[in-house]
Amino acid sequence: MTGRLTRSLPPVLIGIAFLALWEVAVRALAVPTYVLPGPALIATTFVTDSALLLGSLRVTLKITLAALLAAAAGGAGLAFLLTRSAWLERSLLPYAIVAQVTPIVAIAPLIIIWIDDAFAALVVCAWIVAFFPVLANTMAGLKSADPHLRDLFRLYGASRLQTQAWLEAPSALPYFLAGLRISGGLALIGAVVAEFVAGTGGAATGLAFRILEAGYRLQVPRLFAALVLLSLTGIVIYAVLNAVSRWAMRRWYGGEG
Amino acid sequence: MSDGPPPLVEAKGVARRFEDGTVALEGVDLFVQAGSFTALLGPSGCGKSTLLRLLAGLDAPTGGALDWPDGAPGAGETGFVFQDATLLPWATVWENIYLPLRIAGRARNSVTSEIEATIRLVGIEGFERSRPHQLSGGMRMRASVARALVTKPRLLLMDEPFAALDEMTRFRLNDDLLRIFALQRCTVVFVTHSVFEAAYLAQRVVVMSPRPGRIVAEHVIDLPSVREASLRTSPEFGAVCRAISRDLEAAS
Repeated sequence: MTGRLTRSLPPVLIGIAFLALWEVAVRALAVPTYVLPGPALIATTFVTDSALLLGSLRVTLKITLAALLAAAAGGAGLAFLLTRSAWLERSLLPYAIVAQVTPIVAIAPLIIIWIDDAFAALVVCAWIVAFFPVLANTMAGLKSADPHLRDLFRLYGASRLQTQAWLEAPSALPYFLAGLRISGGLALIGAVVAEFVAGTGGAATGLAFRILEAGYRLQVPRLFAALVLLSLTGIVIYAVLNAVSRWAMRRWYGGEG
Repeated sequence: MSDGPPPLVEAKGVARRFEDGTVALEGVDLFVQAGSFTALLGPSGCGKSTLLRLLAGLDAPTGGALDWPDGAPGAGETGFVFQDATLLPWATVWENIYLPLRIAGRARNSVTSEIEATIRLVGIEGFERSRPHQLSGGMRMRASVARALVTKPRLLLMDEPFAALDEMTRFRLNDDLLRIFALQRCTVVFVTHSVFEAAYLAQRVVVMSPRPGRIVAEHVIDLPSVREASLRTSPEFGAVCRAISRDLEAAS
C-alpha cells in the first residue's frame, strides 16, 4: 500500500504543481478567460454547468458503448468468419483494412446522409473506427492455437466447429481482450469525431457538440471543462476494460494465469 | 520378416519428402507387432517424429506405404503423447482428459467412471480440478498420458514424452508406463534419443540414422519382462546399452 502511494505521489505532485503554476500565470499576466481560463475557473464552470455537461456525456457514452459492443461482436464475428477459409480472408480482409485506413472524417458525412437515425449514424462511424483492433487481434489469436493441440484435435476427428469452439476461441481470448482495450479508446474518439462532423445533424447534444458550441460562443472555460470530462471518460473506459480483461483472464486460467 | 503375432502396421519403403526438398525419411521398413513396445531411437533430425506422425495419420508418406492388416486405427484408436504435455491451459486436468471423449460426442456424466479409472491408472488422483500451470512437469505429463489412454487406444504413440523431465521423475514415469503397458496391452511406439530409456522400456529398439532418416539396426531386448529399478545398474543392461550405443554412433 505504501509502495503504491510513493509510486503515485510524484505524478500527483507534478500535476498539482502544474495546475498551480497555470493558475498563477493566468492571474499574473491577466490572460482573458476566452483565451485561457485558469484551472479554478474551469473547475467552477464544471460545477455550474454540470447538468448540461453530464447530459451531453450521457449521449457520448451511449454512442461509445454501443459502438464498442458492436466492435466486440462484429470484430470477433468477422474474425471467425475470415479464418474459416484462406479464400474468404484473402477476399474480404482488404476491405476491412480499407475501412480502417480511410479517415473517418472523410466518410462520416456520407454515413450521416445514408442513415436517417442520427444516433445510429454516429454509432456506425464510431464502430468503423473501433472494430479493427478487435478483428485483427482475434484473427491472430484464432491462428495462435498450439500446433500440437491442433494435431490432437485432428487425431480425434474433431469437426471444424469443435476445433473452433474448444481450441481456437479459447486460444484467441487473450488476444481479443487486448484488442478490446485498444478499441475502447478508439470508440470514444470515433464517437467524438463523428459528432464533430455531424454538427447539427440532429442528436447534437454530445460532448463533442458542446465543445464546438462553446468554441463558437467563446465560452472557453466550458470548452475546457468538456475537454477534461472527455479525457476522464477515456481513462475510465480504459481502466474498466483493463479490469474486465484481468478478471476474465484470472477466471479463465484459474488463479495467476 | 517376422514369425509370431501379426503386425499392427508394417511400413514398406516409406519416404517423406517436404516441399522444400528436405528428405525426412527414405526407404523405411518397419514392422510393429500388435501388443508390442517398440522404441525408435536416433539423434535429433533423424525423422523419428515424422515417422510417428505418419503412423498417427497426421501426415502422409510421399513414397512407399503403411500397411494396416486389420485396418488403420480410426478416431480415438490412436493415442498421442507429445514432448510437451500439450494440455489446454485454461481447462482443468479432468476437462483435459475428457477432451477426446468430448470430441467423440460422449456426454460428461456418461464417462465419469472411465475418466476416474484413467486418473487412478496414471496416478494423478486429487489433481482433477487443477489447471496445468499449477502442476509440476511430471504431473502434467501424467495428465497428458491419461488423455491419450482415456479412449483405450489400440496404438499409443509417444514422441520423447519424458525428455524434458528431470531424471528421477523420468525413471518413475518409465516404471509407471511399463506398469500401464502391462495392464492395457496396447501397442506402443516410443520415440526417444536416450539409449537407456529405449533399452529399459522397449521389447525392441529400432535405431535410425539422420538425413535422410532410415532404419540402420534393430535390437530385440532380451531382458526380464518385469523390469525393476535394479535392472538399470545390472551388467546385462549395461551390455545391451553398449551394443545399441555402438549402432547409434555408427549411424550418426
